[in-house]
Amino acid sequence: MKAIVTILAVAALASVPLWLRDPYLLNALITTGIFVIGAMSLNLLLGFTGQLSLGHIAFFGIGAYVSALTSLGFDIGLLGGFRLVHTPWPPIVGFVLAILIAGLCGYFVGLLSFRVRGAYFVIVTISFAEVVRLVALNWVELTQGPLALTNIPSVALPLPGFGELTLRTKFHNYYLVLVVALIAYLLIARLVHSHFGRSMRGLMENETLAVSVGIDVTRTLTIAAVISAAIAGAAGSLYAHYIRIIDPEVFAFINTVTMVIMVISGGKGSLAGPVVGGLIFGLLPVALRPVMAPEAQWIAYGGVLIAILFVLPRGIVPSLAQRLTRRRSGTTALAPVALSETGAKEPA
Amino acid sequence: MSEFLQHLINMLVLGGTYALLGIGLTLIFGIMNVVNFTHGVLYTFGAYIMFIVVQQFGLNFFLALPVAVLAGWLLGAAIELTLLRPLRGSDIDTTMLVMIGAWIAMQSGTLWIWGGVAKSVATPFPEAPLVLGPVSVSWLRLFVLAAAAMLILVTYLLINKTSLGRAMRATFQDHDTASLMGVNVDMIYTSTFAIGSSLAAAAGALLGPVYVIFPQMGDLAAVKAFAIVILGGLGNITGAVIGGFILALAEELGAGYVSSGYRDAMGFLIIIAVLIFRPTGLFARAERVG
Repeated sequence: MKAIVTILAVAALASVPLWLRDPYLLNALITTGIFVIGAMSLNLLLGFTGQLSLGHIAFFGIGAYVSALTSLGFDIGLLGGFRLVHTPWPPIVGFVLAILIAGLCGYFVGLLSFRVRGAYFVIVTISFAEVVRLVALNWVELTQGPLALTNIPSVALPLPGFGELTLRTKFHNYYLVLVVALIAYLLIARLVHSHFGRSMRGLMENETLAVSVGIDVTRTLTIAAVISAAIAGAAGSLYAHYIRIIDPEVFAFINTVTMVIMVISGGKGSLAGPVVGGLIFGLLPVALRPVMAPEAQWIAYGGVLIAILFVLPRGIVPSLAQRLTRRRSGTTALAPVALSETGAKEPA
Repeated sequence: MSEFLQHLINMLVLGGTYALLGIGLTLIFGIMNVVNFTHGVLYTFGAYIMFIVVQQFGLNFFLALPVAVLAGWLLGAAIELTLLRPLRGSDIDTTMLVMIGAWIAMQSGTLWIWGGVAKSVATPFPEAPLVLGPVSVSWLRLFVLAAAAMLILVTYLLINKTSLGRAMRATFQDHDTASLMGVNVDMIYTSTFAIGSSLAAAAGALLGPVYVIFPQMGDLAAVKAFAIVILGGLGNITGAVIGGFILALAEELGAGYVSSGYRDAMGFLIIIAVLIFRPTGLFARAERVG
């Protein structure tokens, strides 16, 4: 049943560019897809370890800048009169480097942040993202500061025997984003259903119990942070090569908030949650654009976030799933979805 | 040397308003355990009240300050009653996200009503600064410092010398016990949020005329307030005052001797450094767990 729904959903998404000819809508779908990948990576932290990171856009932005700079090249002065000169490499290398470097940053932030929890963790992650934004704004020699990095090349896929396929059109980029999103989804699904995934959820639900059965808190949380940051970095790289211009505003706090809204509205701790929430909130501005002034759209955006937290605090997907199960079994059992299998049951 | 003295003078003026911002947030964070993302909007709101009263109604500059404080108090009470009271008992992440939603909606509302063009407020003070030997300071900034100092003193007395303040401190220590002793905890929460909000509005009303007024001015102010709260320790009013001056000093020295582009990075760097090395704040004694 679940597999059929998944396959139908993927098929439906894959068919979109074949019948949708409106470039504006296709563009909205591509950027939404990129943000959905970011939201899925955030869900790995927020939904499966319970850590609310409000600096997630930092990894996305770092991925975007690493990928852009790798494919554009740079020439900067270092301390002591040395110069670091980098000649452009293909965008596909930039994509890989974006994943690696964003993951590395995730490792350091993970190490630092998990010493502090709760509200303080949130504030550390916000601060990290803002410091990175200010560096991108002020290190003009590397990043061009507010002037932005422009003319970022499109991704080119090497095809053995046929030369290269440059993904310049929206049609191509749609499929590129869809494929990366699917890989990210499968990776996260795989991870969550593994032994490691049970450790994560065990920690989230009862840390003391999880520790007592031998789950290593710092190691588990750090690995989750690294994978989450790496996926966000991949999304950032896609963004840079699709939009082909990035400036420090990519680090704006509102972008993190957008991802958080996607996760919370769809349902944190549910694999499909960020996808459903992401499609709704990614396309909401498109739907609102003809009827509302931009400022009013944002007012609606804030209002919808509040409304979801009041009405559906667990998100759309878990609430629907619960309603379905209840109807089928005919009981009123209120077992939360995330609690259905706890990692703490299984000794490590 | 005279340059350094000038930085110290600027630090005093800036620090006073930062302390106001910090006290407001530390009260809300400490007593209610709510990470208040609307704090920056209240700051912006205070500045716009100043603009409306002085520029649009043409009323007296000195009258505008109490109006801004009162308006901040009312808006804070309204936010608490409509958004936070129904969520009493929810986890901290939920209230934080609701506050983020309120912040986005209110900031966009400000932009919608007043537009994105920066506004300035005319002040009754002379243009020529007060020159004291090698340093100079404008009369407006002196007034800001004096008003901030007065408001800090009033808040201090309110918390430490009145029965409302005693009830607030009791709720901070243990809200169940306070409730058993007959403290109306709901009322304390509303008052706390309203007082904290009015202090943020006051800070905005004071700094607005010094700089310019625009819808996003509160974003950085909110982050700075968080930095101050973390520096001073949760719920620690004296810590918030000292934290306000430390942040102002770090910004002045950072802008003066490192690079003015990194002035606003100081708050974030302080947050990260303090949380790594002294997570309970610089001035915390043994802290309650829970």
